[in-house]
Amino acid sequence: MNRFFKKHLGVFVTVGPTVLWLGIFLLIPLAYVILMTVLTKNAYGGMDFIFTLENYRNLFANEYLKVFGDSIWLSLQTTVICLVVGYPFAYILANAPKRWKGFLVMLLMLPFWTNSLIRTYGWNTLLRTEGILNHFLQGVGLIDQPLEMLYTDGAVLLGMVYALLPFTVLPLYTSIEKLDKSLLEAGSDLGASRVHVFTRIIFPLTMPGIFAGSIQTFIPSLGFFFISDMMGGAKTMYIGNLIKNQFLSARNWPFGAALSIVLIVITLILMKLYTRVGSLEDMA
Amino acid sequence: MKKKRKPREFRPGSVAYACLIYLFLYLPIFVVIAFSFNSSKMNIVFEEFTVEWYFKMFDNRQLMDSFVNTVIVAGVSTILSVIIGTLCALGLYRFEFKLKNAISSSLYIPIVIPELVFAIALLSFFSALHVSMSMVTLIIAHVTFSMPFVVITVRARLAGFDRSIEEAARDLGANGFRTFWRVTLPMIAPGVISGGMLALTMSLDDVVVSFFTAGPESTTLPLKILGMVRKGVSPDVNALSTLMIVGTIAILLTSNFIQERLERKL
Repeated sequence: MNRFFKKHLGVFVTVGPTVLWLGIFLLIPLAYVILMTVLTKNAYGGMDFIFTLENYRNLFANEYLKVFGDSIWLSLQTTVICLVVGYPFAYILANAPKRWKGFLVMLLMLPFWTNSLIRTYGWNTLLRTEGILNHFLQGVGLIDQPLEMLYTDGAVLLGMVYALLPFTVLPLYTSIEKLDKSLLEAGSDLGASRVHVFTRIIFPLTMPGIFAGSIQTFIPSLGFFFISDMMGGAKTMYIGNLIKNQFLSARNWPFGAALSIVLIVITLILMKLYTRVGSLEDMA
Repeated sequence: MKKKRKPREFRPGSVAYACLIYLFLYLPIFVVIAFSFNSSKMNIVFEEFTVEWYFKMFDNRQLMDSFVNTVIVAGVSTILSVIIGTLCALGLYRFEFKLKNAISSSLYIPIVIPELVFAIALLSFFSALHVSMSMVTLIIAHVTFSMPFVVITVRARLAGFDRSIEEAARDLGANGFRTFWRVTLPMIAPGVISGGMLALTMSLDDVVVSFFTAGPESTTLPLKILGMVRKGVSPDVNALSTLMIVGTIAILLTSNFIQERLERKL
């Protein structure tokens, strides 16, 4: 035993702290969430250690199925819009003159170094019924009555696309950048049209980027409860807000834990799909 | 998608499109900055230029406290992440041991897992241990999600590291510590700095995890704004947010500059 420790002293000193830290503050808490899903909530907002599957059964209630449906739909719309808007943008960046490239990518990242809530708050200020945009539109005579833009589903979608666009663009940029340009030349030399070059060469070759971008957009979008809080009305409930409510206001932690298992399962399925086309290292 | 005839030239269509996207990305930031200089109390029309909010914000104790909390949490969690993360990267690089692969891949758990799940997991864990939420829990949370990024960044740097330089130092009589301090550390410094900057931005940017792991006495500026936004936000928030935006960008640009200088020295 003693020799074992001596031999591995270096490992314990260097890797040890990380293993301890992640073990205590990540793995144990996650295991505890899984345990909570089978506990019974008591009347005082706490939990009793009585085994039950009630929390999982409750997931299938119609009201919650609707929440999942709405959330997945919102995330899907967000992802598709980010891809459609982001792809041409990533393409432009990747093909920009070399001395500009670094600057342009920096310009893309700059807003995202600042807090996302502050930026969402900026949108909130812009879109308010008595806010800047309405004031401007009325001022130039485009509208008579202020439009109700804030606290709508559209505003939530806008906030989501805004918050996640760079997460889509960066992997796309990386994969377009890596493209072997001679393949494109070969394609057009052999008589392929531009559309053909795109659909048959560029698009398939940048598939890993498209996948990575989609996943990095889709997964966080499910959890951004503060965007729907700030931009959306109380009309539509999303899974992030539902989980938040279970932990803070409804105080039904076991059910909240079961809901977060849904998030984990969705994530795992997507990751599994992803590892078929790319590697985990590309995600970081 | 078009294939470019002259791929190294800007084309008007591309430029217009890129400008539109950049406008979209910067619009809300400009709004916050512009209104921090507005004399009107309402965030609707720009009345007159003023800097009064930059002085008045100091009177708003709660707001200032939340700002100070944000800075402390970001600073402490970055330092901790960098120390623990760099050590881990060095260990993973230098030693061969059982479970090495398991440890490397578990570093990806906090990256892959939805932040909300991680947030409620920590909340439940702390309350099961009857630990009340405070600055300490907030810092622990931030270190947990940012440290893996430091490990990965430093490891990437170490991957291109020529080991014979270290051996040369040892052969020339430098002891282990000296070799680390004079040879290894300067070599991996750019990786350590960019890992640290990543940790810093992640901490400053975080909302979801902080929301669950901050105590009533340790709210950060973003959480404070989230609490105010429905009731209407006072203009001094714009001023403080502007400071935070400008401060973050300044720190990151400086570190980027330092990093490039370091790279050039090698």
